Amino acid sequence: MAAIEMKNIVKKYGDGFPAVNDVSIDVEDGEFLILVGPSGCGKSTLLRMIVGLEDITDGDMMIGGKKVNDLAPRDRNLSMVFQNYALYPHLTVYENIAFPLRLANKPDSEVDEKVREASKTLELDEHLERKPGNLSGGQRQRVAMGRAIVRDAEAFLFDEPLSNLDAKLRGQMRTEISRLQKRLGITTVYVTHDQTEAMTLGDRVAVLKRGVLQQHATPRELYENPANLFVAGFIGSPPMNFLPAKVDGNKVELPFGTLTIPEDKAAKAQGKGLLIAGIRPDHFEDASVMDADKVSDEATFNATVDVVEWLGNEAYAYIPFEAPPEVREQLTQLEKDLDGESMRTQLVISLDGASRIKEGDDATIWVDARKIHLFDPSTGENLTMDADNAGIVPGAAEALAKAEEVGKEQDAVDPHAATT
Amino acid sequence: MAGNTSGKTAVGTWIGFALIMLWCLFPVAWIISLSFKSEGETAAGSAQFLPKEPTFDNYKAIIDNPDFTRALINSFGIALIATLLSVIFATLAAYAIARLEFKGKRLVLSLALAIAMFPVVALVGPLFDMWTTFGLFNTWPGLIIPYMSFTLPLAIWTLSAFFREIPWEMEQAAQVDGATSWQAFRKVIVPLAAPGVFTAAILTFFFAWNEFVLAISLTSTTSSRTVPAQMSFFVGPDPFNPPYAQLATASVIVTLPVIVIVLLFQRKIVAGLTSGAVKG
Repeated sequence: MAAIEMKNIVKKYGDGFPAVNDVSIDVEDGEFLILVGPSGCGKSTLLRMIVGLEDITDGDMMIGGKKVNDLAPRDRNLSMVFQNYALYPHLTVYENIAFPLRLANKPDSEVDEKVREASKTLELDEHLERKPGNLSGGQRQRVAMGRAIVRDAEAFLFDEPLSNLDAKLRGQMRTEISRLQKRLGITTVYVTHDQTEAMTLGDRVAVLKRGVLQQHATPRELYENPANLFVAGFIGSPPMNFLPAKVDGNKVELPFGTLTIPEDKAAKAQGKGLLIAGIRPDHFEDASVMDADKVSDEATFNATVDVVEWLGNEAYAYIPFEAPPEVREQLTQLEKDLDGESMRTQLVISLDGASRIKEGDDATIWVDARKIHLFDPSTGENLTMDADNAGIVPGAAEALAKAEEVGKEQDAVDPHAATT
Repeated sequence: MAGNTSGKTAVGTWIGFALIMLWCLFPVAWIISLSFKSEGETAAGSAQFLPKEPTFDNYKAIIDNPDFTRALINSFGIALIATLLSVIFATLAAYAIARLEFKGKRLVLSLALAIAMFPVVALVGPLFDMWTTFGLFNTWPGLIIPYMSFTLPLAIWTLSAFFREIPWEMEQAAQVDGATSWQAFRKVIVPLAAPGVFTAAILTFFFAWNEFVLAISLTSTTSSRTVPAQMSFFVGPDPFNPPYAQLATASVIVTLPVIVIVLLFQRKIVAGLTSGAVKG
């Protein structure tokens, strides 16, 4: 087991495509780190640089305090689970798991002992003599994990290991991976584009955009204190709502009405003109299902609900609104960066399951104004971020600007870049 | 209605099959039947299909003929060595073509194809001159080298297609698991490309086994003459009355190994061995 340190890592491909730009991330010994971002953000490239399948253009890759830039993959003693599992179809499950041990010329007795142990952990005992072609997706996934855990590697690397499974299995395997990692206590780097996996699995999460690190923090810090519009929009499901806002004193003027926000937040956002307010869906509530003493006029507004999706424990309500052209462009761009494609600007609200609001109703909605974030529309920076609880934010506002710059450079090299 | 149509199609298919089988196998059946006829029967110009008195005399005579057995050994030796070398070289070349980006990759592939376009007959003269100079005339290597060269292009094309089908992750996974590039190639890539390797090997073997023009031109004695060439020397005592029965027997014997090889390896030549490697 070992810590992994990435110091100013740069990856530029032969054609000049800058895939990873000056990324510095420390992974502590035994930590579960998630690399997350939309497709093409360089997360997989970064992982492949850790394992040695991709050359490092510049910067230092340290594993256990040793520089490994020029070491071949086999000399780094890391194990990796590939997105498509990459099992050896001509070998049985047993031999697939034993493969790394056989290469290390371990005696048969030791191989057998370790393979049995791994197969027991992953409940593969009854499949040991089968070939991967006869296994289900989930079983193949477990074989790939078995091959990774069977030897004493310095760290585990996962490259979107769950993306090929169906939703139910994905949830189960997610828990399984988490449990396994906690038990083995081994340093893990896990690449995903799925923010749920990022939130649930990681001790810390590094959010990347266009090969530039945006924020490196715990899931809670990312959720409560996103560094910029990109992180705010990426983390959380359903995503954070972005609304045009004008701040005057401690009043915030939104398309639906005016709210009062705490003084310290208001102070940070004075004199900036038109801003973007970010409010998470769960920071809204149907005023009629709340205790009367919590609801005040200053924090409520009335709006016509367009669509309601009732899920039992909660309900999502959609309220369309018109955004002024200055913010609209920024929001459309953000949506594109997040791999999304939204047709209209609308507010998503998470309501209590007990709420009786129906489609077409004119509802009274309460907002938790303390949880509002205010973003500068030109830089995307979160003006109201609590820097002490936001983890590592490299270059604050510059990270997003730099990603824009790199994005232009990438588009110049390859306008259809969709590499991950 | 639908069942009727598909029933008709099935009947048509089977009639077609039967016609093709008859067309292809009738000459073979004739040769087999001929090989069991006595010399007297063939000399008399017997018209019936089945032999009147089936006899193994032809087989005995052929096997006791030292020239023929010697030619059989030559054929086996030359065809096997040419196949082995061709497959080894083709595997390495095809792997490089499928995996590596290098300048002149297209050139290599087109050149390989160009070599295959030359008619063998056009090369017999120059080869004869060269081989007599180099002392390769009438030797095993004198046939192995051209056989290998003529089959390499096809083998390279077949194999590089197979290699391209194998997901690159397999090799990377092996490297991460602690394999050197060579180990990854030998333990993962080659077994996965096995159907391709067998296909290439069989094609090469057939070419070398059946080849006649080079075999007759580049040999002068039984020390390196292969069976197809040797058979042309079976003239018998009477030039106007060749020993048809013995020729037929030799043909049957020389066809047997080919049939055996196909039966042995046909199961290996099943595609889809890579299924299950990755999520399909």
